[in-house]
Amino acid sequence: MSGADHFDLLDPFVRMLDAVAGADAVRALEAGGPVNAMWPAIGESGYLDALVAERAGGAGLTLAAIAPLIEAMGARALPLPVADTMVARAVLADAGLVAPAGPIVLVSSLAQPVAGARYADHALVDTGDALVLSPLAALCPQPTGVHGSSAALLTGTAQGPVLARPAAGLRATAAVLRACLIAGAAERVTAMSTCYANERVQFGKPIGRQQAVQQALAVMAQDMVACRIAAHLAAARGLPVPLPSAASAKITTSIAAVRLANSAHAVHGAIGISAAYDLQLLTRRLHEWRLADGSEGYWAGVLGTARLASADTTLDWVRTEVFG
Amino acid sequence: MFETLTLATLPDADEALRGQVRDLLALQLADLPADRRARSWQGFDAGFSRALGKAGLLGLTLPRAYGGHDRGPFARFVVVEELLTAGAPVAAHWIADRQSAPLILHYGTEAQRQFHIPRICAGEQLFCIGMSEPGSGSDLASVRTRADRTATGWRVNGQKVWTSNALHSDYMIALVRTSGAATDRQAGLSQLIIDLRAPGVTMRPIVDLTGDAHFAEVFFDNVELSDVALIGIEGEGWKQVGAELAFERSGPERIYSSVVLLDGWARHVQATGRSDCAALIGRLTAELVTLRALSIACTARLAAGESPVVEASIVKDRGTAFEQELPVVVGNDLAAHPDEPVSAELYRTLMYVTHVAPSFSLRGGTREILRGIIARGMGLR
Repeated sequence: MSGADHFDLLDPFVRMLDAVAGADAVRALEAGGPVNAMWPAIGESGYLDALVAERAGGAGLTLAAIAPLIEAMGARALPLPVADTMVARAVLADAGLVAPAGPIVLVSSLAQPVAGARYADHALVDTGDALVLSPLAALCPQPTGVHGSSAALLTGTAQGPVLARPAAGLRATAAVLRACLIAGAAERVTAMSTCYANERVQFGKPIGRQQAVQQALAVMAQDMVACRIAAHLAAARGLPVPLPSAASAKITTSIAAVRLANSAHAVHGAIGISAAYDLQLLTRRLHEWRLADGSEGYWAGVLGTARLASADTTLDWVRTEVFG
Repeated sequence: MFETLTLATLPDADEALRGQVRDLLALQLADLPADRRARSWQGFDAGFSRALGKAGLLGLTLPRAYGGHDRGPFARFVVVEELLTAGAPVAAHWIADRQSAPLILHYGTEAQRQFHIPRICAGEQLFCIGMSEPGSGSDLASVRTRADRTATGWRVNGQKVWTSNALHSDYMIALVRTSGAATDRQAGLSQLIIDLRAPGVTMRPIVDLTGDAHFAEVFFDNVELSDVALIGIEGEGWKQVGAELAFERSGPERIYSSVVLLDGWARHVQATGRSDCAALIGRLTAELVTLRALSIACTARLAAGESPVVEASIVKDRGTAFEQELPVVVGNDLAAHPDEPVSAELYRTLMYVTHVAPSFSLRGGTREILRGIIARGMGLR
């Protein structure tokens, strides 16, 4: 995989996802089916070590290079913490540790439900002082009680190997993974809504001919491209992602996630609400990823506080701190 | 969908232009108060535009052979970003540099190029755009101003309205009907370069709600023009205008109209030492970041030689929504602290931007028109 360009990288990954992580497979997992119906194919694909340095046996790719892979996961509402595992394996390899074989979820706080934790074997926990690689069982995972949620409630103390904590902690990097996942789901719900509007006939013509529907879809397209570029801009900073870049990406994508989910459902009408239709897999995940690792409100506070601490103009500050 | 609108980086060589622009701004604008700088696009200063021309900062996208600098859209992005965020009075050269010169380069004859473009690059020939008419706003194809063939050229009759800076301009590039009737719609339209000093041209200023008079009505009463007035191909005016509007709708000008207010407000908040609006400033900063990335992505499409009509519409619609939200947010924050002093300059800036903000999503294509363009780009209709 080393040295491969992005297209060589993306196509086999997408084929693998489509083979093992289609909508029915996602529904089976959500209904309590075994993680091993999906995980071995992903683990054996070699992609989990995409971010691991070449000297440690990985592909040595950048976060920017794998952003399209994370978007592909988002577009399929993938509930497994695959992007988390990729980052965790790179962090562990940097610390000279051998990663466990199963899914690893990034945990930036134990206070609220952790997206993806329901399907993880291990957690890489940011305790505020250090990172700890803990078996998930040590954190007493409990279901949230939310239908189809990938999240779990975690309590207790992380137990296992201790690693040095990067200055910005895990939350910023985890937030950028959520931003990329949202960007992928954004693309899919926009495409689904456009397609549906062109097919669904009411009042004797496709609803996509109604100006009101067109205007709503045009705004969805704006949010979709905004999510993609915001996620890519942050991913381009590389690991660990600096706070202002992570904040900008998570603010833009979290705000857009809600609007996109609402507009997609508005265009689809009742069919979008039904469990049998795929839209709800994506919109439920959009809401989950918006709340994961800090919503727009959390990151807006972080970004605004950093901004107000500088005497620079807004342009100079974002050029230096966000665009880098 | 819209896969080409993706992350792009400003080349280092173009980034290097910032210092030069800042040096010039420090000399020319040191004492301009914020409420004047907030006018930016509407701020007319022919001397400033000539100084930019002399410094080699106009015509950056145009060939050296015509007095330009062969630097491309990224260089223009950098210079324009600096000018707009500083609130420089750019109205005098704005239209000519942004769209008239590229239009003349693309569609003009060699003689038209040699006559107009070097003077535009020097900041000495000023242009306005003659599109809107009393009965033709968003429905531009319904224009009624007519140009009829004469033995030596064209005779123009009709009226344009809402023409920005017509009163100070040397030429107008006007969309006129050269054959057929209004019912023929897009067919039969052409573009003419009209010398605004020609006999039969009269103008009347229109004062706007801020007290400024940058708009004008322009009347054509049997205006005789020579053959060389036609730009491009007779009957192809609609297509040419579409390409011209892509220049108008892309680029950084559609995200920075309120940024002088944003910076003034940030300084005010810093001076008070309060932190209660940090999240608000954070959210707005993130939106500016996203818009800037989109604007640079759109510039990359221009640099690749494309005419990114749909992409530019996306940036403009989202950008103007941001520009319009700023005065609402700032006004609420300032008046949410009724016992906190606010400088007269910041107050005037706030109210100017508040009052002029509706125009942001009118000029260069209304929100509703842009969303229609985006919807067509998505395969709807």
